Amino acid sequence: MALKIVKGSIDRMFDKNLQDLVRGIRNHKEDEAKYISTCIDEIKQELKQDNIAVKANAVCKLTYLQMLGYDVSWAAFNIVEVMSSSKFTYKRIGYLAASQCFHENTDVIMLTTNQIRKDLSSPNQYDTGVALTGLSCFVTPDLARDLANDIMTLMSHTKPYIRKKAVLIMYKVFLKYPESLRPAFPRLKEKLEDPDPGVQSAAVNVICELARRNPKNYLSLAPLFFKLMTSSTNNWVLIKIIKLFGALTPLEPRLGKKLIEPLTNLIHSTSAMSLLYECVNTVIAVLISLSSGMPNHSASIQLCVQKLRILIEDSDQNLKYLGLLAMSKILKTHPKSVQSHKDLILQCLDDKDESIRLRALDLLYGMVSKKNLMEIVKKLMIHVDKAEGTTYRDELLTKIIDICSQSNYQYITNFEWYISILVELTRLEGTRHGHLIASQMLDVAIRVKAIRVFAVAQMATLLDNAHLLTGNMQRNGICEVLYAAAWICGEFSEHLENPVQTLEAMLRPKVATLPGHIQAVYVQNAAKLFATILKNQEGNTDSTAAQETSQMMIDRLPLFVQSANLEVQERASCILQLVKYIQKLQQKDVEVAEEVSALFAGELNPVAPKAQKKVPVPEGLDLDAWINEPPSESESEDEQPKAIFTKEEPKHSRPRHTEVDEKELARRREARKQEQANNPFYIKASPSSQKVYQEAPGVEHIPVVQIDLSVPLKVPATTPSHPTGLPMSDQYVKLEEERRQKERAEKKKKEKKKRKEKRSGRGKKHDSGPESEEDITPAHVVDIVTEEMPENALPSDDDDKDPNDPHKALDIDLDKPLADSEKLPVRSHRAAGAPKSSAEDGEAENATPQEPKKKSSKEKRDKKKDKERDRKRSKEEKKKKKHKHEEKEEDLLGGQAEEPVVQSEETKEVEAQPTSTSAEVSDLDFWLSNAPVPSNTQEAATVAEAAPAPEAPAGTAADSEPEEPKDTETEESKSSKHKKKKQKKEKEEKEKKKKKKHHHHHHHSDGGGEESVQNGTVEEEEPLPPMSNYCLLAENSYIKMMMEDADQVCDIQGNLQDGSQVVVSVIFENKSDSFLKSMEFNVLDSLNSKLQRPEGSGPHDGLTVPFQLPPGVSNEARFVFTVQSIVMPQKLKGTLTFIVKNEDSSTHEKLDFKLHFTCTSYLITTPCYSDAFAKLLESGDLKSSSVRLEGVNMPFHHLLARICFHHHFSVVERIDSCASMYSRSIQGHHVCLLVKTSGQTVSIDAKCDEPTLLGNVLDEIKQTFSQC
Amino acid sequence: MIKAILIFNNHGKPRLIRFYQYFAEDMQQQIIRETFHLVSKRDDNVCNFLEGGSLIGGSDYKLIYRHYATLYFVFCVDSSESELGILDLIQVSCSFVFVETLDKCFENVCELDLIFHMDKVHYILQEVVMGGMVLETNMNEIVAQVEVQNRMEKSEGGLSAAPARAVSAVKNMNLPEIPRNINIGDINIKVPSLSPF
Repeated sequence: MALKIVKGSIDRMFDKNLQDLVRGIRNHKEDEAKYISTCIDEIKQELKQDNIAVKANAVCKLTYLQMLGYDVSWAAFNIVEVMSSSKFTYKRIGYLAASQCFHENTDVIMLTTNQIRKDLSSPNQYDTGVALTGLSCFVTPDLARDLANDIMTLMSHTKPYIRKKAVLIMYKVFLKYPESLRPAFPRLKEKLEDPDPGVQSAAVNVICELARRNPKNYLSLAPLFFKLMTSSTNNWVLIKIIKLFGALTPLEPRLGKKLIEPLTNLIHSTSAMSLLYECVNTVIAVLISLSSGMPNHSASIQLCVQKLRILIEDSDQNLKYLGLLAMSKILKTHPKSVQSHKDLILQCLDDKDESIRLRALDLLYGMVSKKNLMEIVKKLMIHVDKAEGTTYRDELLTKIIDICSQSNYQYITNFEWYISILVELTRLEGTRHGHLIASQMLDVAIRVKAIRVFAVAQMATLLDNAHLLTGNMQRNGICEVLYAAAWICGEFSEHLENPVQTLEAMLRPKVATLPGHIQAVYVQNAAKLFATILKNQEGNTDSTAAQETSQMMIDRLPLFVQSANLEVQERASCILQLVKYIQKLQQKDVEVAEEVSALFAGELNPVAPKAQKKVPVPEGLDLDAWINEPPSESESEDEQPKAIFTKEEPKHSRPRHTEVDEKELARRREARKQEQANNPFYIKASPSSQKVYQEAPGVEHIPVVQIDLSVPLKVPATTPSHPTGLPMSDQYVKLEEERRQKERAEKKKKEKKKRKEKRSGRGKKHDSGPESEEDITPAHVVDIVTEEMPENALPSDDDDKDPNDPHKALDIDLDKPLADSEKLPVRSHRAAGAPKSSAEDGEAENATPQEPKKKSSKEKRDKKKDKERDRKRSKEEKKKKKHKHEEKEEDLLGGQAEEPVVQSEETKEVEAQPTSTSAEVSDLDFWLSNAPVPSNTQEAATVAEAAPAPEAPAGTAADSEPEEPKDTETEESKSSKHKKKKQKKEKEEKEKKKKKKHHHHHHHSDGGGEESVQNGTVEEEEPLPPMSNYCLLAENSYIKMMMEDADQVCDIQGNLQDGSQVVVSVIFENKSDSFLKSMEFNVLDSLNSKLQRPEGSGPHDGLTVPFQLPPGVSNEARFVFTVQSIVMPQKLKGTLTFIVKNEDSSTHEKLDFKLHFTCTSYLITTPCYSDAFAKLLESGDLKSSSVRLEGVNMPFHHLLARICFHHHFSVVERIDSCASMYSRSIQGHHVCLLVKTSGQTVSIDAKCDEPTLLGNVLDEIKQTFSQC
Repeated sequence: MIKAILIFNNHGKPRLIRFYQYFAEDMQQQIIRETFHLVSKRDDNVCNFLEGGSLIGGSDYKLIYRHYATLYFVFCVDSSESELGILDLIQVSCSFVFVETLDKCFENVCELDLIFHMDKVHYILQEVVMGGMVLETNMNEIVAQVEVQNRMEKSEGGLSAAPARAVSAVKNMNLPEIPRNINIGDINIKVPSLSPF
């Protein structure tokens, strides 16, 4: 034996440590993976040993391997073991590993709850610190809920080191468990004024994070932050606060006014660039928020722009970048002040740093006007030619398009110029943005009617020169523009100069190398073109031309019929048949042109991007309901081939069937129209779309925006020539300039005339200074057709919000007084009074920050306050009476009326009174309306005090601050009171325990239970008798096991779908004088319920309880069970084996127990709103059942609380002596109760979608009440 | 919020990674590769901010990095952090935080220190950033806390207790090859001229 130990420790010496591992990996560069896999094997061996040092070493190495990308989740359990080591060294290693690789779905996390709680309350501050740090990385909703209260206690720890960590981690807790925000917030607020700067900074940090997402809830903190801003010297804190103000000002412009002066001062005084920059940023935010009402802040804007210019001109690239970034924010509201720095920004376009160039591009976006658009774009086009990287060039391209198309082509005065820019852009090599250019072409051509003639001509040239684009088109996306070109030429073919030539270009054999969807458009539009040509030629006397065209179609189309692309093939063969038929008719000299072109008649109007979403859902329609029951497994398999087919269905198809003969077509059309008219989901583009087949398209009532113009359309005679001479767009720039000059001259003339005329009349002078925006008139008569929306579209514009945003849950009103139900869940099982008292501590301290307000009544407000006090007093008295009453009752019940509970309840109630929301708001108003900006806080305070306060309830916040010392005193005296109470309670507890040992409850025994648990569901009027869910499981002379009946379900989401998990918490208490170790917990699995064991262990292996018990100590372990069916209650037999170790001997012992899973334990408390509840009941899916309880002798709200607590229900609604309650099983069954009481009879009507479950739950409820 | 802190060398080998949001291991490696790809092709004299990491965060997130000798220090942060503040945090001026801390605790940091003492670097980092939020910016405070904890570890005998260390010396001798001299010398960290806080 001894030999083995020696051997073990020698082995240990030769284990690799982290450094050895790293060195080894570095020495095995060639076969690293192989080397690491042997290392992992070694680590696995090491983890199997008992020695914790070896395990810790192994875990440390795993952390390194995790960094290299190896999944180490298999060692999660070992990591937990190392975390629970008592030595700091190992604990730290364990927590580090956990923080690197644990996440919400790591199942062993739930085993750590107690360990973490233990560490949090460790006397060693670094144990606590390590636990907090680790927890911050892997906190889950369950952990957050269970530990929130512990962490909150730590926020008032004596060591600032712990305080700041506790404060920071609260943010993570809020995210995972939003309910904790309101109870914890007062204390968090308190920490803003912590004496330690680190803690203060942490609190500022957390509140800033919270406020960033939901700023409006934190407006009331503005005065406090303002004070901090003017007093703090910590730049980190300042930056955070200033950033926060940046988020708050848009909500409260008055705040902005107050801020401007101190911020300007900071800008002038600070030497720290980071602070300067943030100040400028916030000033900008303020100016933006003020921009509507306050014109006289130009000085501040100038200051900002001037400072930013200094940043941009700095040689430090970082400052330059940030300067540009901030500039772009000013741009939105004060474009004029930025536009004066155009030189600087254009200069930045040439910077060698790509990030800076991109920022400068962003700025350009806002700097364009009708006047300079062409000039700027010209510059950009030069950059495009020069740019070396494709990414930058692509960025330029998108920017050009963005700039031009912004706000509905607002700045484009000449669309011919724009089209030619687009055409020039198509010559870019290797761009990915072909589709972007294409969509612009389509958009402009469709929406700007006047440009169609020009666009069609340009597109025809593009099609003709397609080989220039397609030369290297396989790689790049530029051929997408051909899609647009073909479509435009087809759709607006009536404008084509030489349609036959274009048709020929579209049917070249080379087209077959284009991507399928483009070919399809080619084919389809060739048909449109064909129709137009026929129409043109039929007028002529010579019919041969028409026949030739048909012949050409017939010759060329077979190429497409053979296409591998289904879409192309289908369209081609349809059209081929059609053309053949037409040819036959032509040979018989039948006029066909009319009918053929009818196929393609009508306007196509653009549909707004979100149109589909905005169709209102008609009443009484449930989109989520099945129309047909979903098919069973086997059926869906049969249908598979069909599904594949539909998948391949073309994306770009336009619903035009050309193969069917006209009559059939007409019939179908009629039917479809009928259907569409009756179908609420069909987006009727506009009434015009229904007239698609009328010859004269009724486009008059299409909404048309702006533009009225005098200058006639002027198409330059020059045919677009590609490589030679000036690029087209440049010619346009010249033309445009000339045009403008002319216009200006004309205007001047006119004005002169006017002036002459006016001189005779009133002497109103009009300065014709530099040309202003409005003076430039577009070159064309242009209609820009707006996109269409469905009829009665919903105005909602909140589609951008991410429904999964975790911060949404934190949108909580923090000014409302705390309700009684809002408490952090407190663990109360631990046989000592400690956790409980800490909970109360928490409550008491919650109360304190608001306490001073009550006390801080000043003379001037005495009148009202006195009234308030009177009211309070009377309430208190009433309550005392009630309490007395209550005490009696509780005696009857056999429970202990615990004074502290009553006490805390009372303080709560009182504290809730003075801080109503309205008071808070008016506080803020008062502070904000306090116009003179105080230079320091003291002054602020005096100002606030001196100012007459006619609206008496206002203005408490400012006053309460000087009174803090008092506040702390009261707190101290309170805590001493608390101590006494605690002692008292402990005594009581001991007595109780003695009692307890005498009976053996088996389940749900506790009428007046042994400890109090805060239950979240009940009214405020009367305190409740304490309750507990823990019941005695088994006990012998050595050990006592208490079980909290399977209450919680960890991962609810996962559970609702498949097999469900139930967690059983068991408290082990060592009652002997010996040391208990090697505890194994084993349960005989039934078919339905299984204990979850770690991977690799057999179905009969026990689970090691992850702790040992010294004499007199208790601890809690949690075990996870998988349960198949939850409709029936179950009993599981189990055994606990353990070793009892005395000084001289050690013996094996075992303890049998029975685990009783009631149906109740499968229910989870789920809140339900009354309207949802009503809907549920109406739905008719639920089976009902009812039960009557006789002789129930307790107040109604106790009864409800009991049901809530023991059976996991929540109250939906309560009216007098009648209440509806709701709960949900882990497998998603709804359980609804209607509880009515009259005298001593309680009747419960229940509904549930699973009758067996319901029956059992009702039985259990009955049993609960029969026991008391 | 800081979403991730990555340290890798000129070849993209990770030296320390810290994610404050869960990513699976392969995703983490992908992010490191992407970040390295983005950062490494930039000159030293361009700005230290970078947008466009597609894997992490999205548009609200920025990469803020510094390049020292053979190492890249990259922070991925969202808009609630001050860009210059984080730069300071990575480097010196404000309160000599991260790199300086390493410098002080290891007396002259070089890549090898990071490689062989990844755990220690993590412990230091934990005193600076917690759960994605900046915990402390005062260097003296950070160093003091780190030192106390190291002393605690020492008093517990460290991970490999004294006898084990003796054996490890023997073990090293027994190795076929005594570790080569891999000291690549001190790396002087140049402090760019940022105005001090």
